Amino acid sequence: MLKIKDLYASVEGMEILKGINLEVKPGEVHAIMGPNGSGKSTLANVLAGKEEYEVTHGEVIYEGEDLLEKSPEDRAKDGIFLSFQYPVEIPGVPMVNFLKTSVNAHRKHKGLKELTAGEFLKLMREKMDLVDMHTKLTNRSVNEGFSGGEKKKNEIFQMALLEPKLAILDETDSGLDIDALKTVANGVNALKSPERATIVVTHYQRLLDYIVPDFVHILYKGKIVKTAGKELALHLEEKGYDWIKSENGN
Amino acid sequence: MSVLVDRTDLSLKYTAHYTEVKDELFANSSDILNAQRKKAFQNFVLQGIPTRKNENYKYTNLNLAFTPDFKFIHTREEKKADMGEVFRCDVPQLNTNLALVFNGWFYKNETEKGDLPEGVILDSLDSISKERPELLEKYASLANVEEDPMVALNTAFAKDGFFLYVPKNVVVENPIQIINLLQDEKDTFATQRNFILVEDGAKVQVLLCDHTLNLNQYLNNSVTEIFAGNNAEVEFYTLQNQHNKATNINSVFIDQQRDSRVTTHTASLHGGLIRNNLKFALNGENAEANMFGMAFMDKNQHVDNFTQVIHAAPHCESNQLYKNVLHEKSSGAFAGRIHVVRDAQKTNAFQRNNNLLLTDEATMQTKPQLIIDADDVKCSHGATVGQIDEEALFYLRARGINEDQARLMMMNAFAHEVVKEIKLEPLRDRIDELVDKRLKGEVSRCHDCAYQCDC
Repeated sequence: MLKIKDLYASVEGMEILKGINLEVKPGEVHAIMGPNGSGKSTLANVLAGKEEYEVTHGEVIYEGEDLLEKSPEDRAKDGIFLSFQYPVEIPGVPMVNFLKTSVNAHRKHKGLKELTAGEFLKLMREKMDLVDMHTKLTNRSVNEGFSGGEKKKNEIFQMALLEPKLAILDETDSGLDIDALKTVANGVNALKSPERATIVVTHYQRLLDYIVPDFVHILYKGKIVKTAGKELALHLEEKGYDWIKSENGN
Repeated sequence: MSVLVDRTDLSLKYTAHYTEVKDELFANSSDILNAQRKKAFQNFVLQGIPTRKNENYKYTNLNLAFTPDFKFIHTREEKKADMGEVFRCDVPQLNTNLALVFNGWFYKNETEKGDLPEGVILDSLDSISKERPELLEKYASLANVEEDPMVALNTAFAKDGFFLYVPKNVVVENPIQIINLLQDEKDTFATQRNFILVEDGAKVQVLLCDHTLNLNQYLNNSVTEIFAGNNAEVEFYTLQNQHNKATNINSVFIDQQRDSRVTTHTASLHGGLIRNNLKFALNGENAEANMFGMAFMDKNQHVDNFTQVIHAAPHCESNQLYKNVLHEKSSGAFAGRIHVVRDAQKTNAFQRNNNLLLTDEATMQTKPQLIIDADDVKCSHGATVGQIDEEALFYLRARGINEDQARLMMMNAFAHEVVKEIKLEPLRDRIDELVDKRLKGEVSRCHDCAYQCDC
C-alpha cells in the first residue's frame, strides 16, 4: 500500500529526514516512536503533503502511484488521512459546512453522488456516537474553543466520516486523559479492517495499549534505527530512549 | 509645484461650473436648499478638492476621479431607465417598498403602491422641501460644509435625492429599498442629497443599492442626514455595487437622541474608488450606535472608510467592525475617530478593523484615533492586517477540499463575522450569496437588470 524509499526531507534548509525506508501493507498497524526532534511529525506531514517540507531525495509510492507528486487534497481523496498533532481553529467556518464539503469532495472523487444536507446530517449523527462527539461541538466553527481533548476527538470523528485507507495519527495521544484516550482508541479500532492501515506516531507507549501495533519503528535523527514487534514499545517504556541514543553514537 | 497648480486648476473647474450654472441651481429650488448654497460654495472655494495634504483624505487621491469633463444634471430629466426592469431589482422575499434615485434625482415607484403605514413619507427631497418645509428644519444641520469640501460641494449643487419621514411611534414593518442608479450616455457627475427623519419611538429599515448601468465614468457625491428621535430605531444598509470607472463619495451623518438605536451596514462589493464618510453624534443618553462595514476590492480599486463617533452624552455605546478583503493591486484605508466629550461618562466605545491581503501588491492603511475628555469610560480599538492563515488552509486541504475552495471558505469565514450582523434575514442570505460570488471572482449582479459589463 505504502512504500517509502530512502526519503530525505528538509524544512527551511534543515535536513530532518535522512533516509527513511518503510513499507506498510493493508491491514497493518505501524507505530513510529522516537525521542523529540527525531523527525516523527515531519514524516507525518510529508506524507500528508505539507508544502514547507521539501523532499530532497527518495520516493513515496502509494497504491502504485507517486504520492509526492500529488496535492494534499488529492492525497486525502485517495485515502490518506492525517490526524493533526495540533488541529487548527478556523473561526467562521462552521463544522457542519466543513465536514459536508470534505465528505462530498471524497464522494465526488469516488464517483458517488454527493450527499444532500439531510443525508449528511444522518451520517454525521451515526459517526458522532462512535467518538462520543457532542452537537455543542458540531454547531461551532472548526475546532473553535475546543479543549485539547475535544480537538483530538474531532480528528478521529473526521476520520470516521472519511473512512481513509491509510490513517496517520500524529501524536493523537498527547494531551489526552485516560478516558479520552480510550474513546479515541476505540474510534480508531472500530475502523480497523483488512483493507486499511494505520501509522501511529507517538512519543509514549500508552496509546499502544489500546491500539496494538504489528510493528514498532524507532525513528532517531531522521532514520529508522530499529524495527520490531509490539514488545519494542514496552522495552522503550521501561528503558527510555537513552539506550537508543547511546547505541547510535550519542 | 506643478501638483499644486494641477490641483488648483481642478478645483477651479468646479467653481467655474458653479458660477456658470448658478441661476439654474437656484431656479425652481426650495428656499431651504437655496439658503445653504452660497455658504456651501464659499466653503468649497476655500477648501478645494481635498488632496492628500488634507489629513482626513490622506489615503485617498481624488485627483483622477475629478479630472473627466463631466456632464452635470441640475434639472430633472425624463425617466430613461425602464422602470419595470429596474424595479425587478428586488431582494427576494424582502418585500420591500421600492423607490428609485436616478443620477441623483428621485423617482417614485408608480407601478407598485407599496404598503407604507399612514403618515410615512417617501418622496423627493426637492418636492418635500417645497411642500412640507417644516419637516426640513434641520436640513444641513449635521452635514457641516466647513469640515469637508465634498459635503460643501454637495450642498452647493444639491437639488434632489430621497426624503424619508417616519412619524412618532410608527413602525415600518417592511424595509424600504432605494435603488440608486447611474446611467447616461456621457461621463456624469451626480449629486444626491438625502434626508431621513425618524421621530420618537419610530422604527424603520432602509436599504440603499448603488449601481452603474453602463461603462461611462461616474462620480456620485452624496450626502445623507439621518435624525433618530428618542427611542427610535433605524437600520441603514448600503450595498455598493458599481464598476471600476465609478467614484462613490458617500457621506452619512447621524444624530441620535435618548435611547435610540442606529445600525449602519456598508457593503462595498464593487467600485473604482469608494469613500465612505460616516459621522455619528450621540446626543442623548443611553443611545446605541453600531457600524459595520465590509469591502471586497480587486484590480486597482480603492476603498476608504472614514468614521467619526462623537459621544456627547453619558451612558451611550458605540461599536464598529470593519473588514476588508483586498486582492491584486487594490488598496484600502480605514480611519476611525472616537471622541468622548467631557461629561459623557459611562461611555462604551469599541472599534475593530481587520484586513485580509490576498497579494503582496495589495495595501491597507488603518488608523484608529481616540479623543477622550471624560474619565469614566470604556474604549477599545484594534486593527489587524494579515494574509490567509496557511495552517488553516492546509488543514482544509488535508481533508480533501481543493485549494481554491478552501481559500474561498476562509475568505467567506472572514467576511461572515460582518455578514451575520445583518438582521434582515433575506438580505443577509442575499449578501452572503453576493459575497460568495464576489470572492469567486464572478460579477456579483445583485439584480436582474442589465448589468452587462464585467469591468
